[in-house]
Amino acid sequence: MKKTLTTTVPAALVALGLASAASAEIRLGASVSATGPAAFLGDPEAKTLEMLVEELNAKGGINGEEIALVLYDDGGDANKARTFATRLIEDDEVQAIIGGTTTGTSMSILSVAEDAEIPFISLAGAIDIIQPVKPFTFKTPHTDRMACQKIFEDMQKSGIQKIGMISGTDGFGASMQAQCKDVVGEYGIEIAADETYDPKDADMTAQLTKIRNADGVQAVLNPGFGQGPSIVTRNYRQLGIELPLYQSHGVASDGFIELAGKEAAEGVRLPGTALLVADLLAEDDPQKPVVTAYKAAYEGKFNEPVGTFGGYAHDGFALLVDAVTRAGSAEPAAIRDALEQTAGLAGTTGIYAMSPDNHLGLDLSAFRMLEVKDGRWSIVE
Amino acid sequence: MPRLTAKSATLLVLAALIAVTPFFFPSGYYYRVGALIFVNGLAVTGIVILTGYAGQISLGHAGFAGIGGYACALAPTHLGLHPSLAGVLGAVISAVLAYLVGRPILRLRGYYLAVATLGFGILVAMVLNNERALTGGPDGIAVPELGLRGLLKDWGLDLTNGQFWYFFCGIVLLIGAWIALNLHQSPGGRALRALHGSEIAAGTVGIDVARVKLQAFVISAVYASVAGSLVALQNKFITPDIAGFMHSIEMVTMAVLGGAGSVLGAIFGAGILTLLPQVLTVLAEYEQLVLGLVMMLVMIFLREGLLPSVLRKLRGRGE
Repeated sequence: MKKTLTTTVPAALVALGLASAASAEIRLGASVSATGPAAFLGDPEAKTLEMLVEELNAKGGINGEEIALVLYDDGGDANKARTFATRLIEDDEVQAIIGGTTTGTSMSILSVAEDAEIPFISLAGAIDIIQPVKPFTFKTPHTDRMACQKIFEDMQKSGIQKIGMISGTDGFGASMQAQCKDVVGEYGIEIAADETYDPKDADMTAQLTKIRNADGVQAVLNPGFGQGPSIVTRNYRQLGIELPLYQSHGVASDGFIELAGKEAAEGVRLPGTALLVADLLAEDDPQKPVVTAYKAAYEGKFNEPVGTFGGYAHDGFALLVDAVTRAGSAEPAAIRDALEQTAGLAGTTGIYAMSPDNHLGLDLSAFRMLEVKDGRWSIVE
Repeated sequence: MPRLTAKSATLLVLAALIAVTPFFFPSGYYYRVGALIFVNGLAVTGIVILTGYAGQISLGHAGFAGIGGYACALAPTHLGLHPSLAGVLGAVISAVLAYLVGRPILRLRGYYLAVATLGFGILVAMVLNNERALTGGPDGIAVPELGLRGLLKDWGLDLTNGQFWYFFCGIVLLIGAWIALNLHQSPGGRALRALHGSEIAAGTVGIDVARVKLQAFVISAVYASVAGSLVALQNKFITPDIAGFMHSIEMVTMAVLGGAGSVLGAIFGAGILTLLPQVLTVLAEYEQLVLGLVMMLVMIFLREGLLPSVLRKLRGRGE
């Protein structure tokens, strides 16, 4: 499942040690979960990386050097991810790695990358990846905690004080559930009912009925990704629950509205990125050009809607290109130093500003509160 | 000079392979692949004892690997044990669990046994996934450093991380293979093989069928547990995937592909199935196709598994 995008040096030659001759290129490694349970995150990430590398090379590369992308599919398996990370560093001799679709795979890759002192940009959500700060590890997605904070902020504005939660037991749902419960107190909100469902469940009416019957619940929050949240949304309407329903950034895509059905999804709120509402952004929005360009290129090439997750890969690549350009060198240490000095780089997810003690570089403003109106995403003012 | 027994021949071949192949490694990455092959080989050696010798099928051995792995992650932080002792603790827990679970379910035969073990494996995976406070849930959990590499460095033996795990897992595999081969020749091993032939016949000649089956199950559980511990310690990180259903299937497939009746064959099978995905990364989407084809061909033409069938052919030609 490897695709070497430039025609210059196939991996076999690298293995034989013949690669050193062709040094006028930047070798970028990637290990993402293009298949397996996290495929719907990893697949757009892989496509995005391939597309962007192709685009950049067509324009002549960075500082005159082309980028050779070595991409592996770890299938969401942390053990495999570690093997591929080792392979990227030791065998393919890459200068930087983007990848780690899930928290598990990211944690595996980062320990290899840190040992080898190769910069690594993770595409997974958990805060543990960059906290405590590790010298060579960066990440592009906002954390689950930030999503919770954004949602609770919005609830606070509407005067909501008691909520019910229904979370998926998959990695995404479970991690966000824990983060939300941890931070909810700061907003004076109380969780009156806390239910979970298996990501493979086909019906969540039992859990939702319990939440509805809990005393004084004013809104419901559903951390999870995949089809679970769509089923929750449909069941929610079937049960005739009138309370506001909040979903997570995990389902911030047009696919969610389609899967849940336009009527059922109506009124659902979630914290999303600018990418989802590219057309609605103000003309002077600094993210507007980046977001529209990526959306047009991706949708034109693959004929499927862009999503938040492909956007993470886009931003990872943009961070790297920016760092290499500023550093004027593709030495791993130079890339790392430049990454840490990233300032005001507009990506699809937000505007990045890194520092030695912040390897994420996004704040809450990166999220926009979105609501489904007439079957389409709209920005809540 | 006394003739080399099959047992010493197997061990010699294995030791020679482990010692010599690093000279041909073009980069450090191959040590990692080697170490993975040895770890899988160790787990599969356990399957040889259970399936190859005793003829019992388990589809839940990844559960034991999960217990071994998570013992290394949890015991050092919660009980203050050294990671190596944590591995031992994992093996003990696995053995006890295998005993308790095995007692009732080994009364079942064929499909029923497979289904019951399957259930056990899935239960372990569910606990690891859902007990978030303890296990970190699906995101996984960090595993402390074994610390042996640093110790070796102080003694003047400076190995890279990859090299250390390659040789460490290689040595553990050799020990595991040695024990399995000894068992093959022992009265206990003969009893197991008698059981494989016919349970009724074995019972008639005075073998305590239930007890012998249980022994095989417990021993193979310990193998899987130690393999799980090695993966965890090597990766310094572990996710519930290790206890997943697919991992159980993988173990059985490796054993059957290489030859479940022979230790060397099973390790060979582990080697092929560990290597193939790495080699086939170039062939993009065809990985599953090739794997399936290899399996089918082996099942149809080499019923005893790759290595034993090929060796038999070679021997037949020599005579």
